[in-house]
Amino acid sequence: MSDFTSDAWGLYVALLTLISIAACAVLLFVLGRMRVKKPAPGQGIETTGHVWDGDLAEYNNPLPRWWMWLFYATIVFALVYLALYPGLGKLSGAFGWTSSGAYASEVHDFDAKIQPLYAKYLAMDPTAVAADPEARAMGERLFLNYCSQCHGSDAGGSKGFPNLRDGDWLYGGEPQMIKTSISGGRNGIMPPFGAALSGENVRDLVQYVRSLSGLPSDNLRAQLGKPLFSQNCAACHGPDGKGNQQIGAPNLTDRIWLYGSTEAAITETISKGRGDASGVTRMPAHKDLLDDGKIQMLTAYVWGLSNVR
Amino acid sequence: MNAPVILEDRETRPTAVISAAARARRVIPIQPTSEEVALYEIRKTIHPRAVHGWFAGWRWTLVFLTQAVFYGVPWLTWNGRQAVLFDLGARKFYLFGGVFWPQDVIYLSVLLIISALSLFLFTAIAGRLWCGYACPQTVYTEIFMWIERKIEGDRLARVRLDAAPLTLDKFVIKALKHTAWFAVALWTGYTFVGYFTPIRDLGVAAITWQLGPWELFWILFYGIATYGNAGWLREQVCKYMCPYARFQSVMFDKDTLVITYDRARGEPRGGRSKAVDPRAQGLGDCVDCNICVQVCPTGIDIRKGLQYECIGCAACIDGCDQVMDKMGYPKGLIRYTTENALAQGLTPRAMWKRVFRLRTLLYGAGLMVITGVAAASLAMRNPLKVDIIRDRGALARETIPGQIENVYRLQVMNTEERARSYTISAAGLPGLALAGLEQPIELTAESTKLFALRLQAPLEPPGGVAPAAGPHKIELTVQAVDDDKVVRHEQSTFIIPR
Repeated sequence: MSDFTSDAWGLYVALLTLISIAACAVLLFVLGRMRVKKPAPGQGIETTGHVWDGDLAEYNNPLPRWWMWLFYATIVFALVYLALYPGLGKLSGAFGWTSSGAYASEVHDFDAKIQPLYAKYLAMDPTAVAADPEARAMGERLFLNYCSQCHGSDAGGSKGFPNLRDGDWLYGGEPQMIKTSISGGRNGIMPPFGAALSGENVRDLVQYVRSLSGLPSDNLRAQLGKPLFSQNCAACHGPDGKGNQQIGAPNLTDRIWLYGSTEAAITETISKGRGDASGVTRMPAHKDLLDDGKIQMLTAYVWGLSNVR
Repeated sequence: MNAPVILEDRETRPTAVISAAARARRVIPIQPTSEEVALYEIRKTIHPRAVHGWFAGWRWTLVFLTQAVFYGVPWLTWNGRQAVLFDLGARKFYLFGGVFWPQDVIYLSVLLIISALSLFLFTAIAGRLWCGYACPQTVYTEIFMWIERKIEGDRLARVRLDAAPLTLDKFVIKALKHTAWFAVALWTGYTFVGYFTPIRDLGVAAITWQLGPWELFWILFYGIATYGNAGWLREQVCKYMCPYARFQSVMFDKDTLVITYDRARGEPRGGRSKAVDPRAQGLGDCVDCNICVQVCPTGIDIRKGLQYECIGCAACIDGCDQVMDKMGYPKGLIRYTTENALAQGLTPRAMWKRVFRLRTLLYGAGLMVITGVAAASLAMRNPLKVDIIRDRGALARETIPGQIENVYRLQVMNTEERARSYTISAAGLPGLALAGLEQPIELTAESTKLFALRLQAPLEPPGGVAPAAGPHKIELTVQAVDDDKVVRHEQSTFIIPR
């Protein structure tokens, strides 16, 4: 690839551009000076004198002189443009214009314009922001832009992506906790127990876990699973299975299932764990992507989903 | 009037007045010989002579009609708003009772197709009718030439004025003309912008010096363009800039009516007294008065045949007919006729019959079909627009055991200028129902609303067949509460997971 990023290409492009412009100027000058024979009246038709294929001629219908000056003006314009803007090889031009700079400046201008609106909501408590219909509409638009890809347009979530409207929270539903989740992201860990536990043990555990939320379960196996739960799971999910919002361990007693409640799904969760290749379930951090104002609007909107009606 | 009309100059373009400098350089050979010419020429100012007559009357009629519409329409009101307003900021076009949204852009394409077909049809029938009578370039040039004539006088006075040295008188006359031109041009620019921003508010803003930068720019841009095109460039726009002028010739055929000099009747041309019989002197009907050249706004001699510069304004017909009248000859030495009519000596009746030929009938039929379809479609236009998009992130989810939920984004657009409420329903799967939406939904006038729509279907519907895993076609219906006809049915899919 280094062949294609060589500085020589910039020089090549610059030379080609300048030669082309010079060639245009020469062509214009020559044509401006050129004279063609005008036949006497009745002695044929006035042509430019060019003949192709032996008999194809071109009528001379002269353009007005000011048109030629326009052509010269385009040459002047091109040279001025190339001096001011990037275009001549690697030269950046007198204005130092770049497309990314133009974009950044537009974003900056827009942010400055929208700032007073965000400032108003930043000064308010998120619970008060959530009650404001205008803020709610803004929050919904932001949510559709930044959050709906995983959590769904209705914030109802899907397998592996929490439902945000059911009042059940992995990391806490207070506005401050929601804000922390959005800006800093969350990394949850459900390690695999397939190696540590035998197949029988896993089957017993599954039945116990199902019994916690009152799902139909095998009573005997559930009894056998209970000590296994205390040994292996209670550290995170708590001795009673009600979870721990400090580390995002789900409450297993509330019939809300992030990865499914079927025996097969729970078996898979226990034996293989949940998460990406590094064993982590991620909610990405947004503090570099979104400014404080947007995070405030989203916090209020998400909090409002299960608290404002 | 029996004296031969004064001849001015017998150049290729006799109306041309050459500037003093150019005249000095010019070599006028005693004997015709080959002359050297450049590929670029200094533009020769054309001073068209005023002309009256049947066709000039038509042109003025069209000037009044088109300009009454152009200058007048923005001032009309309809239901308390400007009747015709193209609100680019809000992306809504108001045309009397109708409001057009970006989704209606098809009507713009249809309008362009209708315009193109009309142009083909009229050109096939009678050449550059558009150019000669209705094109803004012609219309504004006509208006500007009228102002020029009122201030500077007719052709001869203008030729003299332009050749005269600059005196205070000349300066005053010229200043008066340009001021008048500029006033018309600015009003034109103001009217033009009045189609895009409410014209009354624009007027108030203009008077109080509170025009926005873009409003000011476009008023000046359109105004200066009008001033430059109609005042200065004139025929050059048609000759050098207009693409239509160049491709119209492909729409001509041998039965197209074009403005033609009847060479057989007119030649040999020459001056003569009204008293003598031209035939006895071996002359044709053309008295070589050059009136046809003097009235021509593009400065050509129609007697040389059809030329690309001819915009088909028929000024030469009006001019020639008056001379023929004075000479006591029949009118129509220059007239609308066809190549075939001249070559085959067709009677006018036979010539007019050929207006109805395959080409024009096809253009006409195409025009009628597309106009009819567009009119029907406009009449039946549904003011309700609906878009439905499945959520892409999640295919399906199980809410409570046995209940499958799919999520959609539903956009409902109420394009009418009144509030409406709608009910939404879904069909296509047993037990399919909407969840968590308060019905009916309310939309204010000209508003759009986006819903996260949740549809639920049971895996085992009571008394029904369990749907197979995979995608199922469903239909969503949005129905106005107070009008059965305002309804939309949109297709989508509902996915039952494996």
